[in-house]
Amino acid sequence: MANQSQFPTDKADHSGGSGHHHITPISTYRNILIILLILTVATVAFAPPVSGLHLGFFSTIIAFAIASVKAGLVLAIFMGLKYDNRLNLGIFITAIFLLFTLLFFCSSDIWTRVLETSTL
Amino acid sequence: MSTANHGAGAHHPHLAHHFRTLDQQFEAGKLGVWLFLATEILMFGGLFVGYLIFHNLYPEMFAEGAKYLDWKMGAFNTIVLLVSSFTMAISIQYAQTNQPKKSFNMMAVTIFCGFIFMVVKYFEYTHKFHLGLKPGDLFAFDGGQASNLALYFSFYFLMTGLHGSHVLVGMGLIGWSMYRTKRGDFDSQHYTFVEGTGLFWHLVDLIWIFLFPLLYLVG
Repeated sequence: MANQSQFPTDKADHSGGSGHHHITPISTYRNILIILLILTVATVAFAPPVSGLHLGFFSTIIAFAIASVKAGLVLAIFMGLKYDNRLNLGIFITAIFLLFTLLFFCSSDIWTRVLETSTL
Repeated sequence: MSTANHGAGAHHPHLAHHFRTLDQQFEAGKLGVWLFLATEILMFGGLFVGYLIFHNLYPEMFAEGAKYLDWKMGAFNTIVLLVSSFTMAISIQYAQTNQPKKSFNMMAVTIFCGFIFMVVKYFEYTHKFHLGLKPGDLFAFDGGQASNLALYFSFYFLMTGLHGSHVLVGMGLIGWSMYRTKRGDFDSQHYTFVEGTGLFWHLVDLIWIFLFPLLYLVG
């Protein structure tokens, strides 16, 4: 039949060919785990209740920057998005985009209305 | 239309008739799991957004609430979940390389990690209940400075409770994967269910990666 490539998932290039999915070596998983554990220690070490460094908003930024790096590693390697069909990455990014849209409109509402008039 | 179109997976017992190849079936299944994960991100995301907004409105109250959490237990649980994500990832690797026995064992370790996580959570919860730090209307704690301290614990119990219930569901899915691995359902060509279970388990880990600093550290 001439419609062999009608479906995008029929293309061999998504996962390295028919029946050959990307296989991540165990050593890579182990290295990622070590990095994740080191980053966890770093998060705890910088945190105000542990370090005694109360940097206010800056502490929050550090904690979430480290958490984002950890999340990126889990997504890219453990969940395989780095090697995966780009469509799955697109779905993930769409969800994050919608989440930030929610955060943006809710925050701008609070800042322009509630914090100015002090009523919730 | 002949079976020639089905390629190498034509006679595989787990190839559904509406898919051309096992590869296509795998990709379609995985796509479905990612769509589901997107809804999960949005469900937890709503709670995160709510938390951040109320945290901005009442920073002192949230800082006070966070003092009643033990960061050591949170950090321990973070490590447990990270290790469980690692063991889940390598159990899939073993499934991909036709080593069902090792795959089964790694899934058992993953479930055990989930169990440890829930045991720690149980001790955290019972300690708070004992103090009267309960969610919503049940809040019965008198020693607080902020009059709306109950709000912090409503967030705490809702977010960790929803997350904990995901851990339990994940443990159930891994248990089912173990049963099917034992039954000989999976091989290097067909392990979609294990892959989907793994993605779900990693998402549960991912959410905890943000919940831990949010609740225990930043306050």
